[in-house]
Amino acid sequence: MSETERTGRAGVAVETPSPAGQKPAVRPASFGAVAWARWFWRTLTSMRTALILLFLFALASIPGSLWPQRGIADARVAQYFRDDPGLAEWLDRFWLFDVFRAPWFAAIYLLLFISLIGCVLPRAAVHLRELRRKPPAPPRNLVRLPHHASFDAGLTVEEAAARLRGRRYRVTTGPGWVSAEKGYLRETGNLLFHVSLVGILVAVAMGALYGYRGNVLVVEGEGFSNTVAAYDRYIPGQQVNAESLEPFSFTVDDFQATYIAQGERRGQPLDYSARLKVTDAPGAAERDYDLKVNEPLDVNGTLTYLIDHGYAPTFKVTDGKGQVAYDGPVPCLVAQPSTFTSECTIKVPDAQPQQLGILMGFLPSGVPMGGEWVSVFPGAANPLAQVYGVFAGDLGLGNGQPQSVYQLDPESLKKMKPLVMKAGEPPAGQKPDLPGGAGAPVTQAEPLAVGQKLDLPGGAGSIEFTGVKEWVALQITHDPGRMPALVFSALAVLGLVLSLTVRRRRVWVRVKNEAVATGEPDRSAPGLRHIEVGGLTRTEGGDFGEEFAEVIAALNPGVKDAR
Amino acid sequence: MPVENSGLAVLSDQLVLVTVLLYVFAMIGYALDLGFGRPRSRARAAGTEAGADAGTEVPADAVLATVGGGTAPPAGGTTGPVEAVEAVEAAGRDATAGKEPPSWASRAGTVAVALTWLGWAAHLSAILTRGISVNRWPWGNMYEFVVAMCLAAVAAFLFMDLRYRVRFLGAFVTVAAALGLGFSVKYLEVQAGPVVPALNSYWIAIHVSAAIIASGLFTVAGVCGILYLVRKDTALRLPSLEDLDRIAHRAIVISFPIWTFAVIAGALWADKAWGRYWGWDPKEVWAFITWIAYAAYLHARATAGFKGRAAMIVQLIAFACLLFNLVGVNVFIGGLHSYAEVPG
Ligand code: HEM
Repeated sequence: MSETERTGRAGVAVETPSPAGQKPAVRPASFGAVAWARWFWRTLTSMRTALILLFLFALASIPGSLWPQRGIADARVAQYFRDDPGLAEWLDRFWLFDVFRAPWFAAIYLLLFISLIGCVLPRAAVHLRELRRKPPAPPRNLVRLPHHASFDAGLTVEEAAARLRGRRYRVTTGPGWVSAEKGYLRETGNLLFHVSLVGILVAVAMGALYGYRGNVLVVEGEGFSNTVAAYDRYIPGQQVNAESLEPFSFTVDDFQATYIAQGERRGQPLDYSARLKVTDAPGAAERDYDLKVNEPLDVNGTLTYLIDHGYAPTFKVTDGKGQVAYDGPVPCLVAQPSTFTSECTIKVPDAQPQQLGILMGFLPSGVPMGGEWVSVFPGAANPLAQVYGVFAGDLGLGNGQPQSVYQLDPESLKKMKPLVMKAGEPPAGQKPDLPGGAGAPVTQAEPLAVGQKLDLPGGAGSIEFTGVKEWVALQITHDPGRMPALVFSALAVLGLVLSLTVRRRRVWVRVKNEAVATGEPDRSAPGLRHIEVGGLTRTEGGDFGEEFAEVIAALNPGVKDAR
Repeated sequence: MPVENSGLAVLSDQLVLVTVLLYVFAMIGYALDLGFGRPRSRARAAGTEAGADAGTEVPADAVLATVGGGTAPPAGGTTGPVEAVEAVEAAGRDATAGKEPPSWASRAGTVAVALTWLGWAAHLSAILTRGISVNRWPWGNMYEFVVAMCLAAVAAFLFMDLRYRVRFLGAFVTVAAALGLGFSVKYLEVQAGPVVPALNSYWIAIHVSAAIIASGLFTVAGVCGILYLVRKDTALRLPSLEDLDRIAHRAIVISFPIWTFAVIAGALWADKAWGRYWGWDPKEVWAFITWIAYAAYLHARATAGFKGRAAMIVQLIAFACLLFNLVGVNVFIGGLHSYAEVPG
């Protein structure tokens, strides 16, 4: 961009490049629709508009960093709505929780990119023409140029041209003069940069349209196969065909987390790793993969990331009829990440005669502390399951309302009968409205260790804590725009570096037929001519002086250092 | 797993304190040089408009030898501004021999440069010992990042001084580095230790090193910018506006591509760590804003009407965005960047 800016009048911001043959946007005096359209297009595609839009783009992204965004921090958005619903609603009206999907945000970047394209295309055409044009003839007085020198030497026009060509100048000659120019890469780089910005946008759009992302929670020993139905949450792009998901599958054999065991940083995680058995396509051979943070599993460009983990203690629930109504792992939500104290909910719809709902706390390293049991370390050194409450009744699963698997439906819970309650205060959020009166629940203070069993009162059955497994939360993404985005970013940097470091520079040489006496004329060397050299850069900064001295030295090898 | 060597970690903490002391002493030396040495600005004014102006203050042959007027000695007119200034300054010394400043003043400046190099060595050792003590790249949290950024700023200054003679900036860069170090020791320091798994990647060497180097250079430019704006025209002893403008521009031209690279490397890392290469995480947003602001500066400086003061203001806004991203985002906003570990 700099070329045109620099030639602009003082005080005038960047204008449409005049070499493009576009006049600065002058508002049409008469009211023709075509004239207005042309005016609009010129204004939109002027460099000034592009720059203003670029700043607007940056400014517009600020609110996206100040307010929590949906899809990035959903929990905090929900918190906002709870804390101040009125304000949150107003913020929401302006898309402030969805800044990067807001229509006004899209308007800015779409205009920006139209503007960039409209600006870059004509400039590219001009540049192409300029690449083929010869450097201009020298000005009359080379001595007036910012860089100049004169000397006597036996140099002809052809020799001067050859030496300048040797220094990779683009050279043209005329009677008694040589004109040389260098540094076209500046504008090339500049154009490359702008085109690459457009390329990045296209790549991002491609990723959004043709890519998908999904999340799934898998317990050790279980598997996943990449179909839409297998996801807990699946967010496809508009153009994604559900049939076209990469047909791979894997099982999670084992998950390992290591923590610092001692010192001030006790409990800080050191490493996570999930051992997978991967089948790249149906019928393909199984392979092992160690899935870690920073090391996603890549199956033909579909990537699986390890993003979270937690505990899934296993329980066996026997109902009042003596039948096993539940036997397996229960993925628990992490309530306290530093110790992995977790909260678990077991729903047993198959229990007879009444359905059972069980609330538990899971303590990976449980110790008694002040009459309570707490976890003191995230690793499973002494896993305990603390029963908060066991309820009998209708879980409300049949009423068609979707329910979280991690929580009992509060409405149904009100109608259920508590069989067992933890002694003392139940944890916040899990306190049921207890029906008073007869049949007060049995209290339970001691947590269960692995292998221990809790018998429910009134012959309602039993709960056995059978073991500890872990779960991993995986994110699976397919983004066909990744590589193009990377390539265009690299090109953008390349273009940027070129346009920042290369300077457009011109050198002219005038060869006079006779030596002009300067100081001590050297008549002993016949064929000596008087040479004038002038040079200028069209962009400021840098040390053209040094390079000019080298050019002089190349033209006049007799002088060792031109300085 | 990581071998923690607490002896080395303690040594590292002590080296940081030594560094701060050395920088403060260096700062005093630079200040003496600035205050009692040759006023820079007059010599500078002579140098920029080489030729005619310079002739009024320095012997004519000195001008011709270096700058080459119309009379054209062999291949004249080929010197860059910096060399011209030096020569003019040298000539100026002779010409104004009558009111020669005390020689200890310029010696104080030389000592200050030596002290800065020493301080820088201590600074570097502090970072190395910390890295070795925990067996990883020594920029795993805010404290380590800010300490490394100060190192980069001083390094940028020292290397620019070797090439372009920018000793006049010394007082301001060392004071900025000492303040930065003091701030991080007081408010950010956490015990040396291993990092969380997210940071356990070779990308830390690429992405964070680039961010550190770019931030260091931007800091030097920021120091120039602040001086530029607060400087009064009568303050002849302070560096001239042209000097400040030139150094700031050089620093930014170098660091802008590095910053761009840091952001792209960040995106590559995010693609590995978070499952997407760009997700408008607050840190990403502010990196982007900073990038745009520096791009705006580069454009503004290249635009006729915006040169000088206006461009400097844009540059300082960009620097403010950089600092906000470094401190503000970690402290006030949060996000996915897990290095934002600050003592509670
Ligand atoms: C330009 C402003 C940025 C700065 C100053 C910055 C600095 C840092 C630092 C200091 C770290 C932590 C390394 C450590 O603690 O040792 C880091 C990590 C990281 N950065 Fe950036 N970063 C910036 C922008 C970005 C951007 C734009 C992205 C992505 C597009 C990104 C992606 C990452 C990732 C993925 C990590 C490692 C994971 C983690 O911290 O949890 N960063 N960055």
